[in-house]
Amino acid sequence: MSVYFLCLVLFCIGLYCILRKRNLIKIIIGIAIVEYAVNLFFILVGYRMNGRVPIYSPDQTIRDMVDPLPQALVLTSIVIGLAVTALIAAIAMRVYEKYGTFDITKIKKLKG
Amino acid sequence: MDDPKKGMTLIVKTITRLTVGLILLFGIYIVSHGHVSPGGGFAGGVIISLSFIHIMLAFGEEAAFKKVNQGIASLFESFGAILFITIAAIGMGSGYFFLNFLRKGEPFKLFSSGLIPLYNIAISFKVASGLFMIVILLMLLKIPKKGEKQ
Amino acid sequence: MTQNLLPLFIIIPLAAAFLNSLIGKRIKGFPDVVSAVATFALAFISVYSVFLLKESGTLVYKVGGWAPPIGISMVMDGLTVFMLVTLNLIAFLISMYSVNYMEKYTDKWIFYSLFLLVIGGMNGVVISGDMFNMYVFLEIAAIASYALVAFGTEQEELEAAFKYAVMGTVASSFILLGIVFLYSFTSTLNMADMAMQLTGKGASGIVRLAGVFFLMGFGLKSALVPFHAWLPDAHPSAPAPISAMLSGILIKSLGVYAIIRIFFSVLGASAGILNMLMILGGLSMIMGVCLALGQWDFKRLLAYHSISQIGYVVLGIGLGTPLGILGGLFHLFNHSLFKSLLFLNSGAVEYATGTRDLRKMGGLKGKMPVTANTSLVASMSIAGIPPFNGFWSKLIIIVACIQSYHFIYAALAVIGSILTLSSFMKVQRYGFFGESKGKANVKEVPFFMKLSMILLALVCLSAGLLLLPLFYDYFLKPASDAVLAGRGYLVDVLGAI
Repeated sequence: MSVYFLCLVLFCIGLYCILRKRNLIKIIIGIAIVEYAVNLFFILVGYRMNGRVPIYSPDQTIRDMVDPLPQALVLTSIVIGLAVTALIAAIAMRVYEKYGTFDITKIKKLKG
Repeated sequence: MDDPKKGMTLIVKTITRLTVGLILLFGIYIVSHGHVSPGGGFAGGVIISLSFIHIMLAFGEEAAFKKVNQGIASLFESFGAILFITIAAIGMGSGYFFLNFLRKGEPFKLFSSGLIPLYNIAISFKVASGLFMIVILLMLLKIPKKGEKQ
Repeated sequence: MTQNLLPLFIIIPLAAAFLNSLIGKRIKGFPDVVSAVATFALAFISVYSVFLLKESGTLVYKVGGWAPPIGISMVMDGLTVFMLVTLNLIAFLISMYSVNYMEKYTDKWIFYSLFLLVIGGMNGVVISGDMFNMYVFLEIAAIASYALVAFGTEQEELEAAFKYAVMGTVASSFILLGIVFLYSFTSTLNMADMAMQLTGKGASGIVRLAGVFFLMGFGLKSALVPFHAWLPDAHPSAPAPISAMLSGILIKSLGVYAIIRIFFSVLGASAGILNMLMILGGLSMIMGVCLALGQWDFKRLLAYHSISQIGYVVLGIGLGTPLGILGGLFHLFNHSLFKSLLFLNSGAVEYATGTRDLRKMGGLKGKMPVTANTSLVASMSIAGIPPFNGFWSKLIIIVACIQSYHFIYAALAVIGSILTLSSFMKVQRYGFFGESKGKANVKEVPFFMKLSMILLALVCLSAGLLLLPLFYDYFLKPASDAVLAGRGYLVDVLGAI
C-alpha cells in the first residue's frame, strides 16, 4: 500500500512543479514527473509478490508471472511521453527565441 | 571525418571509431530478435539512432550529416510508417486488419512468429530516424516547422 | 465483407498522412490532392456506413482476428456512426478550404500531414472499442493538434501552443490514471467486457474515483468551464482551417464523445454524474457567452462561444431523458457545422483584409458577398433563429429541461441564447454591415474557399430536416438510442461478435 502512496506523492510533486514554477523548462520537467508517476503506478498495479519476469522461454512453465499487460501499455505510454516532451521542448525553445526569456510571467501576449 | 578542430578530443574520436559499429550492430541484433527475446523495434531503433548521435557528438555535425542528413532521416521515417501500415493492411486481404497470416514456425527460432519481425523492422526505421531527427532538430533548430510524432 | 469498412477509417488518414510526408514535399500540389481525396473517401464511407448500420445493427471488428476480451476491437454502433459522419463531413470541407487558404504558409505538406493525423486520431477515438487504444488515438490527435496550434510560429501562437500542450498533457495523465484504476478493478481493457465486470461487481469507491479522473481529463479536453482556460488562446492562434477543426470537431470527439461513451456505456450513468454534467454544462453555457460579450477579436469571440455551445451539448446529455439526449446530440452536430463555418468565415476575412479586429472591419457585405451571406447564415444558426438548424436543437434542449422540471436550466439556456444573439448582432453590425474602414481594395476569396463555405451554409440551412421521420430513423435515432441504452452497449457488442 505504501508504494501506491509514494506514487501519489510523486504525482503531487509533479503537479506542484507544473503549477508553481515559472520557468518553462521546469514546467516540462514537471510534466515528465507526472507521466513517470502514472507509469510507475501502472507497473505496480500489475505486480505480484515474488512474481517472475513475464517472458516465455523454453525451460520455464507459465507460473507466478507478474501481469505483462501493464508493462506493454506503459511502454506505449512512455513513447507517447517522449513525443510530447520533444514537442513541448521544441516549442519552449522557439518561445525563448521570440521572447528572450523562459519566465512565464514575462510571456503574456495573450489576454482577455 | 578527421578534422581536429571539429568535435571532441582525439581519445573520444578513437574510442567512437571503435565502438560505433558495435553499437549499430547491437541495435540491429535487438531489432531482429525482438520476437524471441526482450527488445524489439522500439528499443533497437533507439540504439541504432544512438550510434548516429554518437558520431555527431564526437566528430561534429558535418561528419554525421555526411552519413545521414535530415532529408534521408525524414524519408526513412515516413517509409517506416508506410511500411507498417501496408503490412497491417495486407492482413485485410486474408480476413482481418493486422492479421498475422504467415506461417508461425517453431517457437524460439529466428525465423518464426509470422509477421512480427517485419513489424519490428518497420518500427525500427521509424523510431531510429525519428529520434535522430528529434535530436538534430533540437540541437540545431534550423528548419522552421517541427512535426515529430511517434 | 462489409466489416472491413471499419479499419478503413484509421488506415486511410494515417496512410495519406505518411504518404504526404514521404513524397508531398517533392511534388507541388500533391498534398492538396491526396488529402482532398482521402477526406472525401472518408466522408463517403461514413455516409455509407449509416445505411450499413441500419441494415445490420452494431458491427464489431476483431483486429488481427482476436476475439474482443483478448484482442483489440473496433465497435460501430449508432453513436459512433453519428460522430463519424460529423467528423468526416467537416474534415472534407475544411480540407477543400485549405487548398487556397494555406497558400500563404510555406510547407503545406507538414500542415496536411498533421491535419490528416488529427483526423486519424479522432476517427480512432470514436471507433475504438478498447480503453487503452482510445487513449493512444486520443494522444495522436492531441499531439498533432499541439503542433498545429504552433504552426505559424509567431509569439502568440507559440505561447498558446505551450499552454495548450501543458494542460492537454496533464489532462491525458488524468485519463490514463482513470484507465489504470479501472484496469486494476476489472482486469480488462475492453469497454464491453469492462461494463460487464462492473455490472457484476456493483458500485465501488474505485469506480467513483476513476469517474472523477475521467471527468477532469475529458472535461479539460472538451473545455467545460472550470477547465476552459486553454481554449480561447489555442483555438484563435491556429490557422483558420485548424481553428475550424479544433472548435468544430476536436473538442467534441476527444471530449464530449469520450464522456458519453465512458460515463454512459461503461460506468453506467448514475444520478450524481448526470447532475455533475448538468452543473458543468450550465456553468459553461453562461460563462462562455458572458466572456464572449466583451471580445473584439473575431476568432477569440468565436472561441468563447464554443465553450458556451459545448455547455448546451453537455447540459442536454446530462439531462438523461430521451429528449434531452436527442437535443444534445443534435446540437453537437449543428454546432460542428455552424462553428466551422464561422471560423472559415473569419479566415476568409483575415485572408482578404488581414485583420481579425472587428473594429477595423466593416462594410464587407458589398465587397465579399459570399463570406458575408454565409456568415449571416451561421450567425443566425448559432443564435437560434427559427428556420436554421441551431433553433431546433436549442428548442429541444429547452423543452427537455422543462419536461424534467429543471426550470432554472431552461431559463439559463434561454438567457444564453439571447446573449449569443446580441453578441452575433455585434459581429454582423461591425464586421459586415456599416461603413468600410479598412483597406479599400478588398476582394472576394478564391474559389475553393467560397465553395466550402457555401456547402457548409447549405448544410446548416437543411440540417433541421434531419428531424423529419424519414431521416430521423437513419441518423439521429440510432445515436440517441445508443446513448440511452447505457450499459446495454455490452449486450449490443457481445451479441454482435
